[in-house]
Amino acid sequence: MKITADIALQHGLSAAEYERIESTLGRAPTLEELGVFSVMWSEHCSYKSSRIHLRGLPTTGPRVLQGPGENAGAIDVGDGLAVVFKIESHNHPSFVEPFQGAATGVGGILRDIFTMGARPIANLNSLRFGAIDHPRTGFLVRGVVGGIGHYGNCIGVPTVGGEVSFDPGYDHNILVNAFTLGVVKADRIFRARATGVGNPVMYVGSRTGRDGIHGASLLASAEFDAESESKRPTVQVGDPFTEKLLLEACLELMSPELSHHLVAIQDMGAAGLTSSSTEMASRGGTGLDLDLSLVPLRESGVTPYEILLSESQERMLLVLHQGSEDAVRAIFSKWDLEAAVIGHVTDTKRLRCTFEGKLVVDLPIEPLTDDAPAYDRPAAEPHASDDGKLNLKDLPEPTDYNQTLLRLMESPNLCSREWVYRQYDAYVGGGTVVRPGSDAAVVRLPGTEKAIAMTVDCNSRLCLVDPYVGTVSAVAEAARNLAASGAEPIGVTNCLNFGSPEKPEVMWQFQQAVAGLRDACLAFGTPVISGNVSFYNETEGRSIPPTPVIGMVGLLEDASQHVTQWFKSEGDAIVLLGRNREELGSSEYLAVVHHQVRGGVPWIDLEIERRLIRAVVASAREGLLRSAHDVAEGGLAVALAECCITSETTAPLGARIELEGGFRPDALLFGESHARMIVSVRRRHLTRLREIARREDVPISVIGEVRGKVLEIGDLVGVDVATLRECWRSALTKALAGSAAA
Amino acid sequence: MRWGVITFPGSNDDAQTAFVLERLLGESVVRLWHKDESVDGLDCVVLPGGFSYGDYLRCGAVARLSPIMRAVEAFAQGGGMVLGICNGFQILCEAGLLPGALIRNRELGFSCRRVHVRVEEADTHFTNRCRRGDVLDIPIKHGEGCYIADDATLRSLEAGRQIVLRYTDAEGRVTPEANPNGSLGAIAGIRNARGNVFGLMPHPEHACEWLVGGEDGRKIFLSIIAAQGGTAETPAVPTSSKVLSGP
Repeated sequence: MKITADIALQHGLSAAEYERIESTLGRAPTLEELGVFSVMWSEHCSYKSSRIHLRGLPTTGPRVLQGPGENAGAIDVGDGLAVVFKIESHNHPSFVEPFQGAATGVGGILRDIFTMGARPIANLNSLRFGAIDHPRTGFLVRGVVGGIGHYGNCIGVPTVGGEVSFDPGYDHNILVNAFTLGVVKADRIFRARATGVGNPVMYVGSRTGRDGIHGASLLASAEFDAESESKRPTVQVGDPFTEKLLLEACLELMSPELSHHLVAIQDMGAAGLTSSSTEMASRGGTGLDLDLSLVPLRESGVTPYEILLSESQERMLLVLHQGSEDAVRAIFSKWDLEAAVIGHVTDTKRLRCTFEGKLVVDLPIEPLTDDAPAYDRPAAEPHASDDGKLNLKDLPEPTDYNQTLLRLMESPNLCSREWVYRQYDAYVGGGTVVRPGSDAAVVRLPGTEKAIAMTVDCNSRLCLVDPYVGTVSAVAEAARNLAASGAEPIGVTNCLNFGSPEKPEVMWQFQQAVAGLRDACLAFGTPVISGNVSFYNETEGRSIPPTPVIGMVGLLEDASQHVTQWFKSEGDAIVLLGRNREELGSSEYLAVVHHQVRGGVPWIDLEIERRLIRAVVASAREGLLRSAHDVAEGGLAVALAECCITSETTAPLGARIELEGGFRPDALLFGESHARMIVSVRRRHLTRLREIARREDVPISVIGEVRGKVLEIGDLVGVDVATLRECWRSALTKALAGSAAA
Repeated sequence: MRWGVITFPGSNDDAQTAFVLERLLGESVVRLWHKDESVDGLDCVVLPGGFSYGDYLRCGAVARLSPIMRAVEAFAQGGGMVLGICNGFQILCEAGLLPGALIRNRELGFSCRRVHVRVEEADTHFTNRCRRGDVLDIPIKHGEGCYIADDATLRSLEAGRQIVLRYTDAEGRVTPEANPNGSLGAIAGIRNARGNVFGLMPHPEHACEWLVGGEDGRKIFLSIIAAQGGTAETPAVPTSSKVLSGP
């Protein structure tokens, strides 16, 4: 087969990129080589449109043991332990085939974590669907949630938190971002560097089939069109049972007794054997010779091209010390897994693959990895969809605030997520201290008194209006969620979901978001240790709202000092930390009640956020806080209602609240100003709380008391908490039951 | 006493069960592999929760053919104590060590939540530290936990006082809402006629510490220890030095 520029275009490469391949090689590539280039130079693998921009992110710090560039990042948490975490997208596969797409997204991120030698102890996910009444939404929600549960439950890693939101901007391109955190001894982190000329390369795990071919290049790195359903065969099929065996076998191999056999390990995820082999050689500064005829196959007749590009799941590539082959084979055989030596490390800095004695790939490593194309694509600010102006005078005030509050509580973005998280095993592993339903998930750090808090956050409505401030706000909200759980923020991972980078407006959004991420992470002292960029989230020319999802991790020195969002007992004082402002821009209230997305974004100041977080964490450490809850979507009234009703195990509690506002009641109740937290404390602890607030220069006001069975806010709101709870709790089930099953 | 905890390929709660027994209750635990062929010298064998063999074919259907299950069957027939939790309960039913079967939940989906179960029989090896009518707060997490049996089996379970736990509300009332999976008679746990084999869908091993899931699950393990003549008191210091991969 003669390779031409036309065939390269079908592989997702540009004409210029094909020319670059020919000039690099001094010849036309073979079909197999073209396949290798097409996946390695895909946006998904090469980060060609984002690389130069990501360089500005803060990635170092005293706790950072591993920053971006490996399978995942690692942070030192003391006691000789490190946490390894990362978030990754599986958007397009999940839209095409929601159950398997989401399941294999979970499987992929889990492998990234245990590849580092870490045992996964928590999964979270960030999900964005189209409008709840869009005909496809019900089908997608059921499939995605089912797939996440299927994989996580079966492999035995608890799914402990996440976020779900609905917006018409995702009608034709949903987002499924999966986060995993694992724990490893700080001096036993494994990396993926193929070194030692002559060392054997071993393939372990599932056999290779024809699934997922071109998942990275054609599915993940191209926008959707009407034909996208036909890409279903590019979605992989997951087998969590095999991954469970692979997890246990790999961790056994990486145990202190056996790890002397292992030089390097990397999972075969996107772009399969091709990317795992080239990336390992690239990091090791070496080359690899592989005999593709030795790869275990599911069926006969699989071509070398397919072997190189298959994204069959549950596979790993190892580099061993010479002579260790039998010992390692024995471990995988105990777990009934395939293990085959398929090649060895060389000093050629080339990837050479033979198949049935014929040389089919002979490529230099560097052009595939470090010297892959990197583009500084043009960026241009789009015409604002929002004029920034919101004249409150033109906005009618609600006549019945009880009805307005109930309407918000049952709206798709604010109602209970119980229907979702009940399908996830949150207990397995035995370490889950705070399960889904509070500000952040908290999981005990095995063998210590400590715990890790985790959250994933993004308000894409703010990011659409102002991607810089929206991203800063997402980082701040994540930090507040951790603080509300009693944890000090220590590190960040991110999943940047955007439209096509070839559009200047999208590139501008992306650059703004990266700048916001940089500034906010610098302010909070939380390095970015891993991440993922997902471009081409658009269908028939329409981009999704910019969605930079922030995964943030915090540390509690003492797990028993964790805090949850719901009120605990009658008589506790309810305190607002932070200041209310007359802001309604881009609020949930404006969207749900007035059907508008406009008015700019709420004002944010990172120094004020930092002080609030310091005050809340300090108060939690002193054991002052009975509850703490970040004020976010839905504003103060929704946050207060949540404090009353969200306990899974105890009856809802009422509250009597008086607010001093001096401005419009709807802005006071439903405005989404930042840097606010509702905490409840025993009355005798108020003095100490005031001292801490004064020390950190955080505004503090006692706004009420936990009392009775009614939430009363001045003379505006008086709703029975049982009614609030029922309306909030049943809304998602009802809404999904009403959507089409297709 | 000496416990055995079996690991089948796909077992997920094996480490947690061993952690509870060794670290929280100071018991001696032997970790058994599904290919082992003996359970000699043990006082109680636990079949833990998880997805043995990926739950392929049918939950528990493949695990029951594991080499170790021949030893477990002989052990049970000799009067040895066997505890099956969740997937372990499913395996015991598949193996014929307990009557009936566990099928897809009424609502079809997987369900993870705290539930209340009422102790129907306190005069058993597995609940002697409870009183009849006690309500325990223990989590469930399963997709196939709907207990079914034919009428004759159900009658004999009732007559033989083999129904040990039923799903109820917090006040101990059997209601449709309190039954999380549609189990016949709200059955959450049963024992065999001889009284030495017990299977339950709730996870007592995930309710043994205040910090994570409450402490009601301890009563099940402490009852077994008491039945074996142990002191059933919680030691402050772990007696085993074995490092667990679990918490």
